[in-house]
Amino acid sequence: MSTLKLAGLGGWRVERRTVVLVAALVALMLALGLTGLCYGTSWSTPREVFAVLSGAEPSVVIWDWRMPRVLAGLVFGAALGVSGALFQNLTRNPMGSPDVIGLDAGAYTGALVAITVLSGTSAQLAVGSVLGGLVVAATIYLLAFDRGFSGLRLVVIGIAVNAMVTALNSWIVLRADLEVAIAAVGWSAGSLNGVGWDDLGIPFTVIAVLLALMATRSHAMHQASLGDAIAVTTGVGLDRLRLLMVLVGVGCTATVTAVAGPIAFIALAAPQIGRRLAGAAGVPLLPAALTGAVLLQGADLVAQMLLAPVALPVGVVSTAIGGCYLIWLLTKEVGRA
Amino acid sequence: MTVAGRTSEAAGERRAAPQIGLLVGGLVLLAAVAVVSIGVGARSISPTEVVRALLDYQGTDDHVIVRDVRAPRALLAVAVGAALAVSGALIQTLARNPLAEPGILGVTAGAGFAITLGSGLGFAAGQAGQLGSAVVGSVLAALLVAAVGRRSPLRLVLTGVALTAVLSGVALGMRLMLPDTFDAYRFWSVGSLAAREQAPLAWPLTAIAVCLVGALLLSRALNALALGETVAHTLGAGVGRVRAMALVLITVLSGAATAVAGPILFVGLMVPHLVRKPAAGSVPWLILYTMVLGPIVLLVADMGSRVLLPTGEVPVAVVTAFLGGPMLIWAVRRYGAGSL
Repeated sequence: MSTLKLAGLGGWRVERRTVVLVAALVALMLALGLTGLCYGTSWSTPREVFAVLSGAEPSVVIWDWRMPRVLAGLVFGAALGVSGALFQNLTRNPMGSPDVIGLDAGAYTGALVAITVLSGTSAQLAVGSVLGGLVVAATIYLLAFDRGFSGLRLVVIGIAVNAMVTALNSWIVLRADLEVAIAAVGWSAGSLNGVGWDDLGIPFTVIAVLLALMATRSHAMHQASLGDAIAVTTGVGLDRLRLLMVLVGVGCTATVTAVAGPIAFIALAAPQIGRRLAGAAGVPLLPAALTGAVLLQGADLVAQMLLAPVALPVGVVSTAIGGCYLIWLLTKEVGRA
Repeated sequence: MTVAGRTSEAAGERRAAPQIGLLVGGLVLLAAVAVVSIGVGARSISPTEVVRALLDYQGTDDHVIVRDVRAPRALLAVAVGAALAVSGALIQTLARNPLAEPGILGVTAGAGFAITLGSGLGFAAGQAGQLGSAVVGSVLAALLVAAVGRRSPLRLVLTGVALTAVLSGVALGMRLMLPDTFDAYRFWSVGSLAAREQAPLAWPLTAIAVCLVGALLLSRALNALALGETVAHTLGAGVGRVRAMALVLITVLSGAATAVAGPILFVGLMVPHLVRKPAAGSVPWLILYTMVLGPIVLLVADMGSRVLLPTGEVPVAVVTAFLGGPMLIWAVRRYGAGSL
């Protein structure tokens, strides 16, 4: 109850903090995006970049090569952040994010099947990865539901499912033809290397629709995070809300995986960092989305710079960052318990 | 007290006969699986021919394959399987946590990371150096995970998973950065028994053998510890000493297994659960059974790894993950609910 009262009294203060945070994150996002446009084997000055963006000067490098990659980093990061926030809200557990419980791996299985069995067009990839993610989500839910629901149990069962699905994935890759296998392995750590405009049309549309859908229901989600009883008394249809959250969460993860492969730990870390920055109760969506965009774009820049001219898969960088963060989170929880 | 002691002793004697029978049966099964596993492969060899090659070596093609390739590999599978399974049984007993497993808890990842790092810095070249860095890495990882996650079984698992992710991510990055240095470790980084039989393995195998004997010797003291610390104190077990020795055994066993075969998960989780019922709460029997069943599981998984692909091999770690994932789910559903 105190949470409600607090929200009523301190509403303005919290709101101002959120506004400042959002502005700061957006500025950081734009700065990282600009750096991404400038950075390459030959640096471009910001002036050149702006000239290209305003259409005054055509440039293949900046517009056709760097721009899609930067946009993908920002949009996919936001999608992963939202997806993580949704699942962390659902499981009420900071570890219940799609990459830990195997939804990424499941989506990747779907994509692999689309490549190896079907012809692997981008529509097939998208459908395959969404189906794979949904199957894994349903499996975990059914296995975790045993005389009541427990978030932590769901997480550990998800880890087991993740291990099995990952094993399945390596088996599929090993069985596949050499060319397919090489392409799939380069992609298995999660990478934005070689993303072009052609790859982005469908995923951006899907993510935009899903995020818009979720934005209309974000108030209901906030009510639900205060507890089932409060949510029901304030008129939230919990079952439908949860179904929507699962669908949007899986949809976001799977769409990103279809293009960039399983990028681990952004979905885990972004919502928690965003929550702490916003000083909010529950796991709010907007800070999660913005933090996710900042993290993924930042990780991608690091991945490009670390071994330049060879670009590391961004998943390697995000795993290292996110894993350290997770251990820190666990340490803090132990201190509190 | 004495009455209770006498009854349990009598019960123990009554139980001992079927338990010995089961152990002998397990050993026979192990021998049979080993012979079959030696026969399975790109060129299949009949069991009778395998036995003949082992007992009466003639130098035919089949006999050369058996003696130089298949039999060493089977021996390796037996050693690694026993090491992983027994370290799993020890860690589960020590932590009193049914979800504990050196692979899941990040101990294996610690060993793997230390070997990668050591080879990068140039001191993990020989088998002794490799074994040493693997053991040091697994000790550090075990201590870290135990410190962070000791409060709840599930948190322990999560810490292990996080540590595994970080270490394997960093190790992958290092391998990508210095491809020449790490070329040899590219294949090692996926747990497999393929082509490992050619390397000189005296050091790790000796370490595994010594530790298996050590585990048997320590198992009675662990039996007391399993009853709880207070009871163990009253029964006269040096709790701290037993703990420290068990930790040494766990880390050396899983470190040596990892140094030989790369990271193989889930064997240490799966096997102790399968034999928990026949062991009936007795740690010595649990260790003995895991020592027999671990090799059987790994031999079967290794056969699977050779059969599952029409060309080439699936790493055995892939097969064990597929077998072991369901086991973890079952264990969470069986034991996890109470601790939530």
